[in-house]
Amino acid sequence: MGMTLNCDKEGFLRQLQDWTPEAATQLAANEDLQLTQEHWEVIYLVRRYYQTFNISPPTRVLVKIVGDQLGPTKGRSIHLMQLFGGKPAKLVAKIAGLPKPTNCD
Amino acid sequence: MPANPGTQNAPSIGTTAGPAERPNKTLLFVQSQAPHGTLYGQEGLDAIMMGSAFTECAVLFVGDGIYQLLANQDTSLLASRNYSVSYRALADYGVEKLYCTEADLQQRGLTVADLVVTPCVIDSRALQALMTSFDVILDF
Repeated sequence: MGMTLNCDKEGFLRQLQDWTPEAATQLAANEDLQLTQEHWEVIYLVRRYYQTFNISPPTRVLVKIVGDQLGPTKGRSIHLMQLFGGKPAKLVAKIAGLPKPTNCD
Repeated sequence: MPANPGTQNAPSIGTTAGPAERPNKTLLFVQSQAPHGTLYGQEGLDAIMMGSAFTECAVLFVGDGIYQLLANQDTSLLASRNYSVSYRALADYGVEKLYCTEADLQQRGLTVADLVVTPCVIDSRALQALMTSFDVILDF
């Protein structure tokens, strides 16, 4: 099953405009991740951030903006790592169809 | 060796106590070129964001560097990202101190209202003081 997506070798979408919620579900499935409401609120937050600032936020900034906008209990790296694994900024950017955050391997 | 009150009984287990004794050097990034014609501005901004993870950083826009902050840039016909809006995210990186000079604005017919962020506008005397108040100056 699954849709065919135009991704680079690391699994990031090549074209920002290819992103849809269905694409996100597929991108997450590629990482063995099933998206819940808590994932979606972070995904949409990061997409809005990118649309405003042209930046895929690195983890440090991700923690801050999630805290500012979704509340301090969610703006903690442990919460984000529980949702998105050990490199939350990278995986969120990937699922949200954004470029890889800079300074992030 | 003088006793260090408060840490006498604390075992040394690699907390923040050690290396913090000497704080990291403070960095002043200088953006001195117009955007998009070269990569200096974009690379400089990346460096600012990276540096902000480790130490106190500030940014000074001099000469044509002030054009990097010009609002409503349209880079759709260029092979260049519109990173001017990314300057507005610097506060999220903990970089709050941005500076430019009144003379540079005036010479280009600009006011801070034309910019994506509001830098602190200083005169040449304050510029001198600013440049001596940082440990390291990095020019882009």
